[in-house]
Amino acid sequence: MAHLEAVRATGDRTSHWSASAPFGKNVEWDAEIVDEAPGEKIAWRSTGDADVPNTGAVRFVPAPDGVSTEVHVVLTYDIPGGSVGKAVAKYLGEEPHQQLDDDLRRLKQVLETGEVVRSDGAPWGKKARKEFPQRPAQPLSDAELEKGADA
Amino acid sequence: MRANTWAGRNKVKVRDVPDPKILNKRDAIVRITSTAICGSDLHLVNGYVPTMQDGDVMGHEFMGEVIEVGSAVPAEKLRVGDRVVVPFPIACGACGACTAQLYSCCENSNPNAGIAEKMFGHPVAGIFGYSHLTGGFAGGQAQYARVPFADVGPLKIESDLTDEQVLFLSDILPTGYMGAEMCDIQSSDVVAVWGAGPVGQFAMDSARVLGAAKVIAIDKEPYRLQMAERAGHIPVNFEEVDVRSRLLELTGGRGPDKCIDAVGLEATHGSAHIAAYDHLKQAVRSESDRPHALRQAIMSCRSGGVVSVIGVYGGLVDKFPAGAWMNRSLTLRTGQCHVQRYMKPLLQRIERGEIDPTRIITHTLPLDDASRGFDIFKNKQEDCEKVVLKP
Ligand SMILES: [Zn+2]
Ligand SMILES: [Zn+2]
Repeated sequence: MAHLEAVRATGDRTSHWSASAPFGKNVEWDAEIVDEAPGEKIAWRSTGDADVPNTGAVRFVPAPDGVSTEVHVVLTYDIPGGSVGKAVAKYLGEEPHQQLDDDLRRLKQVLETGEVVRSDGAPWGKKARKEFPQRPAQPLSDAELEKGADA
Repeated sequence: MRANTWAGRNKVKVRDVPDPKILNKRDAIVRITSTAICGSDLHLVNGYVPTMQDGDVMGHEFMGEVIEVGSAVPAEKLRVGDRVVVPFPIACGACGACTAQLYSCCENSNPNAGIAEKMFGHPVAGIFGYSHLTGGFAGGQAQYARVPFADVGPLKIESDLTDEQVLFLSDILPTGYMGAEMCDIQSSDVVAVWGAGPVGQFAMDSARVLGAAKVIAIDKEPYRLQMAERAGHIPVNFEEVDVRSRLLELTGGRGPDKCIDAVGLEATHGSAHIAAYDHLKQAVRSESDRPHALRQAIMSCRSGGVVSVIGVYGGLVDKFPAGAWMNRSLTLRTGQCHVQRYMKPLLQRIERGEIDPTRIITHTLPLDDASRGFDIFKNKQEDCEKVVLKP
């Protein structure tokens, strides 16, 4: 999960999360697990005074081919700044829907290939915010490599 | 290293860029010994494929020697020192598309899947040197290239075949072959191929290898038609005769059983008013492709026949003859080539002497002359059919 900074267990069914947000800010929240079936489903909701109140569920469903697994994610959130905040975040590629799309593609890549695929133009891998403002598709210099994903 | 790069519309430039490095554990670095200019590179240079950037390293047909492998590439698959041909679609080998051998639709190899999804509805595989829409991967018209998923794509050449005999396994030979294979050729079939460029020539040779009774080459460049004729195909010059009438004459009025469009989005011919209409719409970017060859293939094909499309289309076309397609029971098949599927069997055909890929090479130039190579290929000067570059 590219946008998650840290997850810390704070109890049996509770945890503390922090994630990156637009303008280099971090958002933090406490969450509790509200429903869980091992190998099938996990659901959570944020508690207390969350920066972005959210609830969600991840379900793992056998695909019709009998071999593959479908991952379904439902995420409900209340973004700060209302519709203006949402438009700005979307422009910057960091609206939670886009973050989720990035993260699901990366999860698929990691599960199926063992790595997040990088190219010379997109050395950070799939990232909505970096899709249009890309560097040229030529090998990275040592200095660019050192700067890492945000070069 | 030196590399040929996109430098704006109608301009390529050889410049110094950093050497490639391993970015993923399944990468390899290849020192390139031979690379080629492909017809579809011209669509990039002419500005018809969006998302090119100044400095993008071009080229998707290349081969060379492995000089470094990532830690997750198994030694039995690839080692330093191996001689390899690299397929142009980058494929992970593990996703749903790769499992179905639809390598050019790989679901994992394009980091810019979001852009491709907007253009095409679903993402397509990453391709070397072929715009940011297909991943922003540096290409192979360079001294070195980074090859992702090196344990899946590259084909090891263990015999003493020359570079020229095997280089085109990277793209144009399998592309031409797939065009013929999609036709389900029967021994009585007459196959017509629009475009006698490199891919068209290989589609013709493949149609014959697969058993076609007659193969017809449609183009306007006399030197290209002569090249096809020397290989045993029947030339039709669309500037001298009406194509549909000539095809009917050659087939007892039925039309070709199978038709292959090896032209794609920059077709140059048409009935004057439709061609002018296409040019105008493309110039103002309200139609991204000029589908003249495709229209003519559909209109000429016999009822119940197959139209196989391997020419590259980028976006939207209009005046598509859906009526002819539907009412005359035509089958339309297409795809970017799933190269990985064809490399080994085609290598065997080359070894057995059934196909001679070297017959289309007209120019061999040093990499530093890439710009001249593009010019003569694009403008069909010096009877240029295929340019091989030597880094
Ligand atoms: Zn090509
Ligand atoms: Zn794949």
